[in-house]
Amino acid sequence: MSRIMGLTGDGAVAYAVKQCKVDVVAAYPITPQTLIVEEFSEYVHNGEVHTEFICVESEHSAMSACVGASLTGARVFTATASQGLALMHEILYIASSLRCPIVMGVVNRALSAPINIHCDHSDMMGSRDCGWIQIFVENAQEAYDWVIQAFRIAEDPDVLLPVTVNLDGFILSHSLEGVEVLDDADVEKFVSTRKPVFTIDPDKPITVGPICFTDFFFETKRQHVEAMNNSPKTISKVNDEFAELTGRRYGFIDTYEMDDAEAAIICLGSTAGSAMAVAKKLRDEGKRVGVIKPWVYRPFPAEQIIDACKDLKALAVLDRACSIGAPYGPLCNDVTAALYKENVRLNVFNVIYGLGGRDITPFDIEAIFNETLEVAKTGLIKKPIKFVGVRE
Amino acid sequence: MSEESKPGWRSIPIAGIILEPGSAMKYKTGDWRAFRPVIDEEKCTYCLLCWIYCPDGAIIREEKTVRVNYDYCKGCGICANECPAKAITMVEEKK
Repeated sequence: MSRIMGLTGDGAVAYAVKQCKVDVVAAYPITPQTLIVEEFSEYVHNGEVHTEFICVESEHSAMSACVGASLTGARVFTATASQGLALMHEILYIASSLRCPIVMGVVNRALSAPINIHCDHSDMMGSRDCGWIQIFVENAQEAYDWVIQAFRIAEDPDVLLPVTVNLDGFILSHSLEGVEVLDDADVEKFVSTRKPVFTIDPDKPITVGPICFTDFFFETKRQHVEAMNNSPKTISKVNDEFAELTGRRYGFIDTYEMDDAEAAIICLGSTAGSAMAVAKKLRDEGKRVGVIKPWVYRPFPAEQIIDACKDLKALAVLDRACSIGAPYGPLCNDVTAALYKENVRLNVFNVIYGLGGRDITPFDIEAIFNETLEVAKTGLIKKPIKFVGVRE
Repeated sequence: MSEESKPGWRSIPIAGIILEPGSAMKYKTGDWRAFRPVIDEEKCTYCLLCWIYCPDGAIIREEKTVRVNYDYCKGCGICANECPAKAITMVEEKK
């Protein structure tokens, strides 16, 4: 049985974590993640959960405490945003390399300077090579659903990697939505309890994190790559079981009107919802447009994206972050590399938008679609990188 | 052991963990040393300051004097610096 609750994006994350019977939460509040920590600490205060809640003095300490807790075999959650994620950066690599299946909510927010609290994806993109599985969601329902699935994916012995669930700051974190939540018992059954592969235990001592020089470091990294390579199988399995339980079908990417589309937008997070609404309008006008929304960003779903693009003549890749000095923004770098790798020649241009929370409007998106249709018709890309919404 | 004869990524424990406790003993760090401490037993007063200060536990207590475990002594020279009787000399290692 399920029911509808009014939840913010952050509230949906906190509620999912509550139902997943997490053993340890170590977190430090930062806007716009704050509601997650606040609401979860209320559950702790009210005795609704039996979680050890560690109030730490920084995000660096938060992630460090999570690593220690995870190594004991505990189920662990934390959440952060922006500068907090940046402060965690070195421990992010340690968490994934020590194969700690921590789940973390990242409420995407711009990185300083100038200081800003609003949404863009610079924070996660700045740490995208940290070896974590990375999920991006479009709304509060997806945030709730993916947090529950994230524990299963992370803790699978074939994967054993931490997972971030990314949701757009304020746009999702602070917006109230109707979220269909599961019964506690159903979630408990779905996520079960963590069965650790190895633990730190005084009765059975092992060494974790020893020095590892030229003779074994490379082998350890190669194992880490393999774990990420193995993860798609587990992600699919968990998506299947979740669909069976809820009727909500997830995968590596979500697509909208991609059959017979000649022009499309690919983007992460909440913008995909606006893009789909605009695509619907343009479809009604007879324009063959579609939308691709990657749910899974790492491992990068190259195969699924290429498959969705197979009939396209032009693609606009929307990036809510810059990779300053790189050929494109982060998502466009990945998309074009994936196309090149599979020898697919597609007219692609990159749109940088929404930095520091600058709104992207349906009018902006319609203009992008029309430009993509123009590229599909002419095969000519006027500007490989376009900045949409910035004042000249 | 050459690089080729060591086990590959498929057969080593994950995450760089070491399953055998105390295995650091197998990793002899004495060859890091550029200078070796040499103890003059005549001058040694058996005050044990070197034994206390050695960061590697490489000073061994004997009945009336101390000895250096060259398998693990990295040659930092702290023992020679601390020795009030000036009984320890750092001598350059020569291949």
